[in-house]
Amino acid sequence: MNARDEAQPATAASVTRRMTMIQALRSAMDVMLERDPNVVVFGQDVGYFGGVFRCTEGLQVKYGSSRVFDAPISEGGIVGCAIGMAAYGLRPVVEVQFADYFYPASDQIVSEAARLRYRSAGDFTAPLTIRMPCGGGIYGGQTHSQSPEALFTHVCGIRTVMPSNPYDAKGLLITCIENDDPVIFLEPKRIYNGPFDGYPDRPLVPWSAHPMGEVPEGYYTVPLEQAKVFRPGKDLTVITYGTMVYVSEAAANEAGIDAEIIDLRSLWPMDLPTVIESVKKTGRCVVVHEATKTSGFGAELVSLVQEHCFYHLEAPIERVAGWDTPYPHAQEWAYFPGPARVAAAMKRAMEN
Amino acid sequence: MNPREPLRLHVPEPSGRPGRETDFSYLHTSPAGEVRRPPVDASPADTSDLAYGLVRVLDDEGRAVGPWAMEVDKEILRKGLRAMLKTRAYDARMLIAQRQKKISFYMQCLGEEAIAIAHALALEPGDMCFPTYRQQGLLLVRDDIPMVEMICQLMSNERDPLKGRQLPVMYSYKRAGFFTISGNLATQFIQAVGWGMASAIKGDTKIASAWIGDGATAEADFHTALTFAHVYRAPVILNVVNNQWAISTFQAIAGGEATTFAARGVGCGIASLRVDGNDFLAVYAASRWAAERARSNLGPTLIEWITYRGGPHSTSDDPSRYRPADDWSHFPLGDPVTRLKQHLISLGAWSEEEHVAAQKEFETQVGAALKEAERYGSLADGHMATAASMFEDVYKEMPEHLKRQRDQLLGEST
Repeated sequence: MNARDEAQPATAASVTRRMTMIQALRSAMDVMLERDPNVVVFGQDVGYFGGVFRCTEGLQVKYGSSRVFDAPISEGGIVGCAIGMAAYGLRPVVEVQFADYFYPASDQIVSEAARLRYRSAGDFTAPLTIRMPCGGGIYGGQTHSQSPEALFTHVCGIRTVMPSNPYDAKGLLITCIENDDPVIFLEPKRIYNGPFDGYPDRPLVPWSAHPMGEVPEGYYTVPLEQAKVFRPGKDLTVITYGTMVYVSEAAANEAGIDAEIIDLRSLWPMDLPTVIESVKKTGRCVVVHEATKTSGFGAELVSLVQEHCFYHLEAPIERVAGWDTPYPHAQEWAYFPGPARVAAAMKRAMEN
Repeated sequence: MNPREPLRLHVPEPSGRPGRETDFSYLHTSPAGEVRRPPVDASPADTSDLAYGLVRVLDDEGRAVGPWAMEVDKEILRKGLRAMLKTRAYDARMLIAQRQKKISFYMQCLGEEAIAIAHALALEPGDMCFPTYRQQGLLLVRDDIPMVEMICQLMSNERDPLKGRQLPVMYSYKRAGFFTISGNLATQFIQAVGWGMASAIKGDTKIASAWIGDGATAEADFHTALTFAHVYRAPVILNVVNNQWAISTFQAIAGGEATTFAARGVGCGIASLRVDGNDFLAVYAASRWAAERARSNLGPTLIEWITYRGGPHSTSDDPSRYRPADDWSHFPLGDPVTRLKQHLISLGAWSEEEHVAAQKEFETQVGAALKEAERYGSLADGHMATAASMFEDVYKEMPEHLKRQRDQLLGEST
């Protein structure tokens, strides 16, 4: 079944409001806590304090501490506990404070959550959502900037999702909470408060001044496995997600290239038809992500495009990514794949 | 300045090795009936002495003595003994089936039968156990889990409920309160705590029972389970089956030297007991105590069951390479089957004749079940779930990439 048919846009009657990504994510959890008594939200600093990024602010007051609560500093414990709850029949939405800190939960994610349904032939399932702020561009250094999505896309049985704006953030999070598969929900923290085009010295445009900051107050969903053509174009196709959607847009404008920018939204399983259709049309492809290059998710994207669009390609597929180093502090802007690097790759792709 | 001796690394060693008898004095035991029975609402700190003592009910003559000796319906005890015999017969036959290459792998629970079986009888329907691979007694004590079906899992044949996806012995029986077994050690210990928390969140009355071996307590998830169980007062029984061995590794290497695994519970603020795991009555009484605590919102209990792994770790293991061949016969807590048998005979509720007849009955039952399971095929003859079925249940609904891979497989195989 293709998830694209399930799109459920906000009804005309629903009231919209300008929200940041933080507010949109909180609204998604609020909506689902209200709709489904089996939804529980927990993690480090998530309860009373409302999260270090304010994503769960007010939820404990509204729903009580048996629905929204603080957890010990133990990622393996948080995820393991959530799997047990999901096996009971709850629908846990848990938070790992930074994606950089999911590693202690690796065994629970890979060996357990991802494989519960398969190994028990459907006897037990793990409908849980694991939220993790990810990505760089905030002087977060080595352990507050990583983009570990490739470590999840390689795992059979989980879904990996990353929104790039408040509307998608809320709709996708609601979809993920309702989905019966375990989901890794990556939130690019650099764009929590406004889109970021890769120029740290320019003033932040808040989501309140951005059209995609317009978010329905109530329930709506954004389907999984459905990419969005963020910017239509005919010269080349950019496949990207998260913060890099805006960086790619800035790069295309600077380079004067009519790039078609695809925001994947669902990383894996993904919307391959939209990508194939675009690359077949443009004949050129640039893959862009913040994560380190070697064996990054971009390698899978390049491989898929090569496999499915080989006879339509007019140039080698370009890949712009973080360097193959740990994420540095002082050298942040030499590390972060900014508009200049993306634009250079676009020009290379156009030269052939 | 005082000259100091060079530092030395301490690497624990078992006293017994092949050709050298084990000195079991490391295993502090208490005489039957000696250890007190606190009220179920005892504070965790007040169980410190119990975490270093040894709860025992059956004495050397098979009499039930002391504060943990409780009124137990003789039918429950008879059921327990029969289930132990059934489990032992099942294990023995499956071991042979592995040697005959009818199944690829097997793990016995020889010597540990009382723990899972008496514990299961102390729980209530709807409670959920999170077992390791050595609690088959939890299933075999039940009348509603067909042995044939379990053997089909071992054979990965066309009737295997897990469709050939899992190694033998990694059963899953939600309807029997038996959580899907994972090869990754300790992961289920924290999951059990989460399940118990969920029951509490929903205002349910069900409790969870978590299982782990001595060796696996060294895994991080053991620690997270204790922390979360304590923090949230989760309705869970945290069972540590200390059978002295983790494959070839003596329990001292897991951190058992000069301490107990029960003591770790007290350190985390969890009421803890150390119990004779080969004493069916002690297992039943301690399990009832812990279940009562959990069900009364009094929080978790950790129980260290002292037992001995009577058999090889698995069919891939040869214990004669790392421990004395006759070690089990020297183990001070004996054999759980012999001890309950002695007790029941002394009560007039069992006899040698009944014992022999039950052994025969189960040998026949297991043999017949194996024969029937073989009718549904095996790995060797290819009667198993279809290759295409391997793409199912990865996700709830099959994503496009898996459909493509399945079609590719089917296309190539024609």
